[in-house]
Amino acid sequence: MTASAAGEGSTADAAAPLLEVENLYTAFPTAHGSVMAASGVSFSLAERETKGIVGESGSGKSITLRSLLGLVPEPGRVIEGTVRWAGRDLLSLRPAELRAIRGREISLIFQDPTSSLNPVYTIGEQIAETLRIKLGMSARAARERAVELLDHVGIPAAKSRVGAYPHELSGGMRQRVMIAIAIACKPRLLLADEPTTALDVTIQDQILSLLAELQEEFGMAMILVSHDLGVVAQNCDSVAVMYAGHVVEDAPAKDLFESPRHPYTAALLEALPSIRSPGTRGRLRQISGQPPDLSRLPAGCPFTPRCTQARDACADVTMQPIEVGRLHMTACPFAAEAR
Amino acid sequence: MSATVPARPRRESEKALMLRALEKRARSERRWGLLSLWIGALIIGVLALAALFAPLIFPDGPNQQDLLNTLQPPSWSHPFGTDNLGRDIFTRSIYAARIDLMVGLITTYVPLVLGVLLGLVAGYRGGWLETVVMRAVDVVVAFPFIVLVIAVIAIVGPGLLGVYIGITVVGWALYARLTRAEVLVLKEQQFVLAGQSLGYSSTRIVFRHLLPNVIRPNLVFSTLDIVLNILVLASLSFLGLGVQPPTAEWGLMVAEGQTFLLTAWWISTMPGLVIVLAGVGFSLLGDGLADRLGEGWRGRAGENEGMILSVAEESP
Amino acid sequence: MTPERPMLEVSGLVKQFELRKSSSHRVGRGTALKLTAVDHVSFSVPRNQTLGIVGESGSGKTTLARCLTRLMEPDAGSVVFDGTDIRSLGGKDLQRLRRRIQVVFQDPFTSLNPRMTVGAALAEPLRVHGITGRSDTPARVAELLDLVGLPSTVTRSFPRELSGGQRQRVAIARSLAPEPELLIADEAVSALDVSIQAQILNLLVDLTDRLGLTMVFISHQLSVIANIAHSVAVMYLGQIVESGPVDSVFESPQHPYTAALLAANPEPVPERRRRKPAIRGDIPSPLDMPSGCRFRTRCAYAEDRCALEDPPPVRVGTRHDARCVVLPYREAELHR
Repeated sequence: MTASAAGEGSTADAAAPLLEVENLYTAFPTAHGSVMAASGVSFSLAERETKGIVGESGSGKSITLRSLLGLVPEPGRVIEGTVRWAGRDLLSLRPAELRAIRGREISLIFQDPTSSLNPVYTIGEQIAETLRIKLGMSARAARERAVELLDHVGIPAAKSRVGAYPHELSGGMRQRVMIAIAIACKPRLLLADEPTTALDVTIQDQILSLLAELQEEFGMAMILVSHDLGVVAQNCDSVAVMYAGHVVEDAPAKDLFESPRHPYTAALLEALPSIRSPGTRGRLRQISGQPPDLSRLPAGCPFTPRCTQARDACADVTMQPIEVGRLHMTACPFAAEAR
Repeated sequence: MSATVPARPRRESEKALMLRALEKRARSERRWGLLSLWIGALIIGVLALAALFAPLIFPDGPNQQDLLNTLQPPSWSHPFGTDNLGRDIFTRSIYAARIDLMVGLITTYVPLVLGVLLGLVAGYRGGWLETVVMRAVDVVVAFPFIVLVIAVIAIVGPGLLGVYIGITVVGWALYARLTRAEVLVLKEQQFVLAGQSLGYSSTRIVFRHLLPNVIRPNLVFSTLDIVLNILVLASLSFLGLGVQPPTAEWGLMVAEGQTFLLTAWWISTMPGLVIVLAGVGFSLLGDGLADRLGEGWRGRAGENEGMILSVAEESP
Repeated sequence: MTPERPMLEVSGLVKQFELRKSSSHRVGRGTALKLTAVDHVSFSVPRNQTLGIVGESGSGKTTLARCLTRLMEPDAGSVVFDGTDIRSLGGKDLQRLRRRIQVVFQDPFTSLNPRMTVGAALAEPLRVHGITGRSDTPARVAELLDLVGLPSTVTRSFPRELSGGQRQRVAIARSLAPEPELLIADEAVSALDVSIQAQILNLLVDLTDRLGLTMVFISHQLSVIANIAHSVAVMYLGQIVESGPVDSVFESPQHPYTAALLAANPEPVPERRRRKPAIRGDIPSPLDMPSGCRFRTRCAYAEDRCALEDPPPVRVGTRHDARCVVLPYREAELHR
């Protein structure tokens, strides 16, 4: 079912996966009933692999990431599932144990560098804090290492910038600082939640390139969550596509983009404007309808109202993953049959 | 409960039960909010109706003396007892409500209108007008409320008119400050820019677009303000600066009963309790309204789908 | 054959902001700093055509958009709309102008008054500009909704009850109510989901064709500009560094910044390239711009002479200009 994924470019043995998520359900209880932000999410990640999770608003991609580390905002709650990491189930750990893992073995970087950094502490202090708490470094050693890290992530004149406050830096620089904090303890896995969405395209390019370099250097795996298919295509070994809280397709990047096996993936790819055919003002193959309302999903497959290949049987679809190729799964039984 | 049929058969596992418990808690929280609103409205409603129909219910009026029955403790015929002139305290309390509620409303909503207007114009126009208004606000707010009111009354003279003028001169400031702060943020919202690019006049933008969006926080605050103003009136009357005897007014009644505190405690205490009741009523009303109305244009508090989607998913 | 007068002609437009001394720039007391957000920008848009303006943050594109409708007052230069310099208009004339140039804003969540129903929001411009009277307003509102593909039942809804895409359609309908001739779309699809973006882009292409609208479409997304624009102007630090027909500019960019933007643009094609980033460094502070060519500090082709003077626009193709003294000549040599 969920095959262990050995991404391209990783060490070739099909060893046990680094991270295995099985049947994750995260719900938000309200007075009117519960909203399932993540429904039965399953995937796995190998050492050094970069996995992209792509989806639009309401897809559950961000919540999935946060659920892995127990960071779901109130009133949300993970109500089912296992997250296997280094032989343990993260969801069953006590808060103190989970805290020990966060920042050290698994790090998380967020979308908005402005609010993720504390405005009243210098960037040096914030990096040093992680080093002191997580690695037990002395204040002096932490300060020195902070300068090294800043330099490592490409902040020019690191020695003099270490005393700067976040508001004195540009968005791209702040994101680099966040990355420095995240890699300070050389984690084995980096979770990146839309890390470049708020940045200019040219800066995004720099940051993604930096992340790839760091991954290579530290042998880090990464889960990259984004709404941007281009970002995911060019930076990930494998990609999971989410819709309305469900994983609808999961495949190596090449296979996903060249031969998508779910109507949503295919429709999404066709709806993208591209710089490759400029000036044609051609009508894009749009997807009809509205984004899903998680509190009012239809029976069966949530994409049914907008799917060009919908049929009555879609209401009975269980959204279980179906294997359609090597490491390639889809939740659409009809797409799986075709061919 | 939502009408969805889940994709997988739902096992009544522990976790599903926990979910149902959490949903239930969310529902009861919601109910408490509503309850507060209705209880508050009920209390005020009863007081207001009683005040309105007082002449019909108690045709004898508040000043009917019965010198044979002075200083009687609470009993069936005199639920709140009688005072030193044999006047029924319950009747006087109801009649007093006429004055207190009216004063409360006028001293709250006249400054509200004044303050909101000034805040709107100051916030939208900016420039010297804003500076002048905001400095005036700063000056007024720097003084203790009642001190300023007393100062005004010293000029105008005691009595209801003095009270109205006094509280209005001082009370507009907080509304102006609140409104102007909201306007400053609203001004930058794109629907205001849109109005400008659609060629709408400033007047239209201020009254048709800004006003409906700033009125809510002001209304919520006003329910609290009414309570405070009634207390101010009571204090002023207590000091002899408000309503003059023999008029029935809660604060005045409390003052008049002072000398009898140890012997006929009900003369002061009963009107005092009515003040508390009115205060509680308005506060509950205000709380309930705040819950229901939410933060105005920023979105309704507790509107779950929107809130959840924005919490659960960053926008694209 | 006399060429037709362009719908919009902008010449030498300048917009500056004054800043007081700030903590991150050590300046003497009382010195006011001038930030030039729009630096002598000139372009023209022919009737019925769509011009795309592309730039990143700090490029000045949003300020430029505001100046085109006098939501902000330019400091110098001219904006000639259908033969009239809009800077010279006042009072009633400006109000009449507002009918003919309309703006669609970026954020569908805040561009509609949350306390007005859709019906009221659409009726208002009709009444304010006297386009319809009390009796025929509802019919026209229904027509406008139909134009943007919304059912007429939506008139009773409040914005918060609609999705982002639906709200943007309402915003577009509202901007069409005054029957404008020029539409300025300021990042009109940037806040929308990808699947909805396609819908709105198609709608805009459809409407501009059907209603004969001229459009200026501002965006940071190259792919969107490629899809919707006839011609494009690339902005950097307040200047247009390259402009021309969109196919010409995107297929053979003649300014290093344009080339970098195109290279940095992530295409949905799966190739894990371990390549160097297309551009290095951060954008310079607009208060402290490099001498000569303002892009030279991040440019892969920079030579010493780039610091000497600000390159003037040089013609590199049919109606295609670029402000560079290095790349166009290098390209020309390659093709010799």
